[in-house]
Amino acid sequence: MTDDAMLRVRDVRKSYRSGGGMLEVLRGVDFAIEPGGFAAVIGQSGSGKSTLLHLMGLLDAPDSGEVHLDGVRIDNLPATRRDRLRNTAIGMVFQSYHLLPELNALENVLAPLMVRHSVLEWMRVRASARERARGLLDRFGLGGRLHHKPRQLSGGEMQRVAIARALVTEPSVLLADEPTGNLDEASGAGILDALCELNRRDGLSIVLVTHDAAIARRAARIVRLAAGRVADA
Amino acid sequence: MYKLLLCWRYLRTRWIALVCVASVMLGVATMIVVNAVMAGFAHEMQSRIHGILSDLVFESHSLSGFQDPKWHMEEISRAAGGDIEGMTPTVAVPAMLSFQVRGQWLTRQVMFIGIDESTHSLVSDFGSYLQHPENRRQLSFTLRDSGYDTFDSQAEGQAGENGPTRPAMAGAGWPHRRMRVAREKLWREKMGARGDAAAEPARPIDQQVDAVLAATNANGEQPAATDDSAGPPSDSTSDSTSDSTSDSTQAAVAARRDPFRAVRPEEGDTMDPAKEQFTGIVPGIGLASFRDSDGVDRFLVLPGDDVKITFPTAGTPPKAVSDTFTIIDFYESKMSEYDSNFVFVPIAALQRMRGMFDPQTGIPSVNSIQIRLKPGADLNVVRDRLRKAFPAEMYAVSTWRDKQGPLLSAVDMEMAVLNILLFLIIAVAGFGILAIFFMIVVEKTRDIGILKSLGAGSAGIAGIFLGYGLFLGLVGAGVGLALGLAITWNINAIRTGVEWCTGQRVFDPSIYYFFKIPTIVDPFTVAWIIAGAVGIAVAASVLPALRAARLHPVEALRHD
Repeated sequence: MTDDAMLRVRDVRKSYRSGGGMLEVLRGVDFAIEPGGFAAVIGQSGSGKSTLLHLMGLLDAPDSGEVHLDGVRIDNLPATRRDRLRNTAIGMVFQSYHLLPELNALENVLAPLMVRHSVLEWMRVRASARERARGLLDRFGLGGRLHHKPRQLSGGEMQRVAIARALVTEPSVLLADEPTGNLDEASGAGILDALCELNRRDGLSIVLVTHDAAIARRAARIVRLAAGRVADA
Repeated sequence: MYKLLLCWRYLRTRWIALVCVASVMLGVATMIVVNAVMAGFAHEMQSRIHGILSDLVFESHSLSGFQDPKWHMEEISRAAGGDIEGMTPTVAVPAMLSFQVRGQWLTRQVMFIGIDESTHSLVSDFGSYLQHPENRRQLSFTLRDSGYDTFDSQAEGQAGENGPTRPAMAGAGWPHRRMRVAREKLWREKMGARGDAAAEPARPIDQQVDAVLAATNANGEQPAATDDSAGPPSDSTSDSTSDSTSDSTQAAVAARRDPFRAVRPEEGDTMDPAKEQFTGIVPGIGLASFRDSDGVDRFLVLPGDDVKITFPTAGTPPKAVSDTFTIIDFYESKMSEYDSNFVFVPIAALQRMRGMFDPQTGIPSVNSIQIRLKPGADLNVVRDRLRKAFPAEMYAVSTWRDKQGPLLSAVDMEMAVLNILLFLIIAVAGFGILAIFFMIVVEKTRDIGILKSLGAGSAGIAGIFLGYGLFLGLVGAGVGLALGLAITWNINAIRTGVEWCTGQRVFDPSIYYFFKIPTIVDPFTVAWIIAGAVGIAVAASVLPALRAARLHPVEALRHD
């Protein structure tokens, strides 16, 4: 770990109610990603990989421990400020793509910006936002699929739309939870190539969660989780 | 921005939301139609009540009334402070009206009201309800020759086309009176010559009447048709008999027709009912007729017939006196309470018959003074001024609304209760929205998680569903408004269509005494209905919105 970490979790613990008792998923995990870094978190199912990613992405709060972004503790901020950070500083990509079915590809990419702006602000920034979203979709080879609904896209295309959506807000860090888990080998390779290029060319910090060691090897650093603890780094 | 976009997309893609829209629409449309019809009925009723009643009634507690109406009217003018447009004195007493129909006496309880024909039109619309056009222009208690309306002059549309016909009124007036007298004379002759009747060959009754009429009319005028026995009335007039009458007789007849001069023929004179009338009266049309299911009015008596009225004198204790009067016209206010209760008579005649004159000074007494106020004057303010100016132990001052207070209150209460009940329809629609929204929240749980992962706050998520409820409410209320107005404005055509389809009469004019369903669309009421419907739609979406806002993002993302 380094002191100039962009995103750091320190001694975080998280339990879930399961059946009649509590299931401790994370048991004091320390993890950090430096600016421009590319780390893969690997572990078996139930090792706490996704939970760690959710804590870093402020989708959940730790029972104890701290989450820091650019040296500032963020896990104890008020809900509205955590919402704001999720919208501006953190991009997330999920295994199931999680696109909004009522919106087309372009609108899905624009969704985070629409969340950020009020109606009046949107009228002002709409043109530039659409330009940026189009550019991202072009970059991922979806320039001709702007107005297709998610159900009209393949799995690889949907995941590329999801990556474009995560990048449209120009986040500090991209958190990817098993981004190739639902894809065939070729599509998965294409997604990994895109992530590696984003890290290499744009200097985007990426945390990739996967259970596949081969995929993890594409990252610069691998962190192994086992039974809720970091096994090695 | 995303809230608007998603609301719009959900509205377009969720067909189940149309159920909410339809329920709100039906509720709003029903309320608009029912309120418009009820407001129409209430307005018709109020205008009818007010048509007969003056704005204010100043009356004595005693049936004997109070003396010197002229002095009272001057005092009232002074106390009211310039708000008075017109006043007229009246005398009203309970009475019994009796008339013969096919040899049988019918008796009705009535209110016998003496009015001043020259000033009564200043305070009420009474004159416009009469059946003879000349009487509508200027009321006279003299029997008219003919020309009484054979259709309802207050019905919209062309004469006789929409309203019920009144064929019996074609012969009303002097022709009917002469015909009746001839029939009675014939009857008396037949009764007198009963012993010889068997020897004579039987003739149809109409031929016998014609023969009698020919004998009584020296210039050979045509016999007039009887009440409802069909056939047009004769254009001839009673004046046409003047060839056979001396000038002095004419003068005597004219004088007797003046109800203010004499009630009875002078002593020693013999009254000829075919040429003379008793004191004229105007009963309500409901006392003398009924409307059949075809909308045709059937008359028991007609203008030209004589009736007996029994009423109390003004003395103490009052004594019942009875006299004969001639019906000279009917009034039809279309308020059945009035049309089947009031009988109008010249005030001077009634005062004389009741003994309402001071024997020494000749100053008359009256029961009440009817007052019409200038437009814009506040009824209650003037009423209160008059109440202060005159002792309450002797006089009662009331507005026309006070007079019909219980009825108007009952109608207001009925409208309020009906509105509450109808609003429950929209409330039921609200429960529908609540249930459907809960379903949509469950269906959209993953989308809610996605939006939260993109930075949407709980308030924003709640805003989507509240906005969705608002959209549904606005669309439902908007379509309901259009539907409600369309039904309201075409309700009579719809009624006709329903009657044609079902063969059943939906709106019976014999019950309501008007021929079109009256409607009034009050913009204020419509605004309240729409605001209420939209408010219920939004309120129904609050609970689902809160549930959506409280969803945990991770659990929402994992939702299948």
